[in-house]
Amino acid sequence: MNSSIALSVQDLSFSYGGKKALDQVNFKIQPGECTVLLGPNGAGKSTLFSLITRLYDSREGRIELCGFDIKRQTLLALAKLGVVFQQTTLDMDLSVLQNLRYHTALHGMGGKQAEQRIQQELERLSMYDRRFEKVRQLNGGHRRRVEIARALLHKPSVLLLDEPTVGLDVPSRVAIVDYVHQLATEEKLAVLWASHLIDEIYPNDHLIVLHKGQVKANGTVDDVLDATDTLTIKDAFYTLTQGEQVL
Amino acid sequence: MRMLHYWRALWGIIGRELWRFVTQRERFISALVRPLVWLFVFAAGFRAALGLAITPPYETYILYEVYITPGLIGMIQLFNGMQSSLSMVYDREMGSMRILMVCPLPRWFLLLSKLLAGTGVSVLQVYVFLAIAWFYDIQAPWQGYLWILPALLLSGLMLGALGLLLSSFIKQLENFAGVMNFVIFPMFFMSTALYPLWKIKESSALLHNLAHYNPFSQAVELIRFALYGQFNQQAFIFTLTAFIVFMAAAIIGYNPSKGMMTRKGGG
Repeated sequence: MNSSIALSVQDLSFSYGGKKALDQVNFKIQPGECTVLLGPNGAGKSTLFSLITRLYDSREGRIELCGFDIKRQTLLALAKLGVVFQQTTLDMDLSVLQNLRYHTALHGMGGKQAEQRIQQELERLSMYDRRFEKVRQLNGGHRRRVEIARALLHKPSVLLLDEPTVGLDVPSRVAIVDYVHQLATEEKLAVLWASHLIDEIYPNDHLIVLHKGQVKANGTVDDVLDATDTLTIKDAFYTLTQGEQVL
Repeated sequence: MRMLHYWRALWGIIGRELWRFVTQRERFISALVRPLVWLFVFAAGFRAALGLAITPPYETYILYEVYITPGLIGMIQLFNGMQSSLSMVYDREMGSMRILMVCPLPRWFLLLSKLLAGTGVSVLQVYVFLAIAWFYDIQAPWQGYLWILPALLLSGLMLGALGLLLSSFIKQLENFAGVMNFVIFPMFFMSTALYPLWKIKESSALLHNLAHYNPFSQAVELIRFALYGQFNQQAFIFTLTAFIVFMAAAIIGYNPSKGMMTRKGGG
């Protein structure tokens, strides 16, 4: 087990029938590192997330979370993982607290410990006072905050976020992007953030450009700009994807 | 420690399902209205048309309403089993199923917990139905109301596992409507829920065989005998076997490396 690598993806390929969705994908993420997975719609981001979360299984390649093989040591690997999916996965008819308690139960956390963790995570996101409200009553930004709080309840080492800011207004987006970057730095959390929005990328981030299932660039923002001989991420992305646009 | 994790997760899943059921009053009422309409309207109308001989577990001539009560209990569980799998298709489309599937517990355990939760809801519905039927003068011996519990658990698990299996093959909610027509109605009408086996034999040998080997018939007979304090061994073995087969197939269906999930593609 190599604990210095939080997430490792090696030679990963995946097809839907005859159509290749991922082709020989390789990358590693270290603790405290925020990695943005940039790619247009259909690039393979969601497929990659489904493979990392073991919703799908691939015969080619290997995925390790904190040294645990997702295929052979599935439960140990999944225990290290927190996920925020693209679509909301909260139960609208339950309160914030009930949704979070459900998650703590699934992770085997008992009453007192669960209540403490829920309070800590909700307070950090200024949502504790709204814990008795039904999720249906919350706006999109607040629902996302609850989902991020939920993903962190069991203290994962790796946090996956699949385009979590889609459909949110600008202040909500900025708040969430800031918060997740802060988490990576302060909690030494390894973050993999799928996005197609370049303003969500910070200068110190690690950047992976995915296009048509292939990794086109993998490095720091400066590395990618140097390799493509461009000045902005937008231009670099344009060069790497042969004409695809990002927002 | 590991056992405690399983225990907490199981109660988390069951608690969530029960809470959702209690708070969704329309679902509770509609689940009861369906069998009650059959009991108060359909059975009353057919009372004169259908003559019933004395067959076990009954020891005397009975009214048609008394005969179809176990069948209607089965109907409650059949619809509940299909409805919980319908909600799983919905959950999968909407994403909340993913939260369950990515928690660090074996998939068979998560599916079984979901199934137990759904069965718990159906047992509640059945007891409310039986309470209303009691006031309509459909009364079994008091021990029957205790003996029926294990029978309800097994039949609920079997029908829920069938729903689970179907949900693993269904990509979208729209496809589920077809399955409801091709599974629920043939299963219900080709069974001993509404008419006894000997009566079906009088009209068609083929129908008789289909009804006899229909797992729903066996579940209904298990319930019928249990309600009168008797144990139907054949129905028990048949229902248990059907549960094991459906559950095993559903687990394979939800297995990421062997099942249908991967072939479906999408997000």
